[in-house]
Amino acid sequence: MILMELFWAFFQIALFSVGGGYAAMPLIRSQVVQAHGWMTMSEFADLLTIAEMTPGPIQLNAATFAGMRVAGFPGAVCASLGVVTPSLLLVSLLAWLYRRYRSLSVIQGVLGFLRPAVVALIASAGLDVLLLVLFGGHKIAPQSIRLLGAGLFLLALFLLRRRRLSPIAVMLLCGALSLAAGALFGAG
Amino acid sequence: MEKTNRCARLLRLFGSMLVISACTFGGGFVIVSLMKKKFVDEYGWLSEAEMLDYTALAQSCPGAIAVNAAILVGWRVGGAAGMLAAVLGTLLPPLGILTAISMFYSAFAGNPHVAMLLSGMQAGVAAVLCDVVLSMGCGVLAQRSAVKTAVMLAAFVAVYVFDVSVAWVIVGAGLLGAAVQLLARKEEDA
Repeated sequence: MILMELFWAFFQIALFSVGGGYAAMPLIRSQVVQAHGWMTMSEFADLLTIAEMTPGPIQLNAATFAGMRVAGFPGAVCASLGVVTPSLLLVSLLAWLYRRYRSLSVIQGVLGFLRPAVVALIASAGLDVLLLVLFGGHKIAPQSIRLLGAGLFLLALFLLRRRRLSPIAVMLLCGALSLAAGALFGAG
Repeated sequence: MEKTNRCARLLRLFGSMLVISACTFGGGFVIVSLMKKKFVDEYGWLSEAEMLDYTALAQSCPGAIAVNAAILVGWRVGGAAGMLAAVLGTLLPPLGILTAISMFYSAFAGNPHVAMLLSGMQAGVAAVLCDVVLSMGCGVLAQRSAVKTAVMLAAFVAVYVFDVSVAWVIVGAGLLGAAVQLLARKEEDA
């Protein structure tokens, strides 16, 4: 039953994503691309782009987008409910523990160890997106590198780290430059 | 009178979360600070200290930070009905916006101009992720903890080279963190 599968996949994504939206990305990829094959890596990269460009939590954005692609609007609703359900259960539990013990030190200690792992997970998902940008899904070899993708990536990284531009502005600029390049020199 | 007050409050809670969720770019932390502005500074429904506690709880709990915070604030303001109102308010904008976009995507992803636009923005996303990893990674290295650095490297190798499931890595790192915490406590007690 596809609706149950969607609910369960996004239930797991929410259950294991600790520490904000970026932490959810590797989990979304492992469920949506690897475990269920609902999307290709390139569609997943589009999903990230769209989720980043639209307001709201990335988990809910991803749930709606993936749900719509797999099973239409009912799919979107089931996937979104899957994101919310673990929160309903766990937040209540955590709030109860917190009221009882008035201390989050153990939890925060655990989170201190999750953080390095989460960085590594984001890096692994990010590396796949970067390879897609650099080689367009072709074989990874010096002759198949896409100059436009590489140039945009370096420009964007420079603007983010040295000029402190907002991610949305940087992404819009990259999109516009790519569109202009496509119109001038033809796609690819 | 009492009843209409309560309804008005729930409606306001729902409306506030609807607006905050529909207008916030940039994830959980931004949403939480907007919630503080609305519910603490403007409506005075909860104290600043409570909101700080809720923020810490929302960040410590798995799932979307905005959803977690909405659950906590909703419960505090209006019990179970408040929680439902706040969660629905958070949920509806992404559901509506992304439903529309995914229809657009299905119809236009094949268009060469749209494809160029998306592939350019993908380069931007790759750079944003790279930026996040560099900032967070440097933060981990700056703690000068050999164990945490080792966790970071091991997690990367496990997922990228050996295809270990992401969930196992999270559970493993969490258990290790809990063990280290308990050991440190024992030493303090001894």
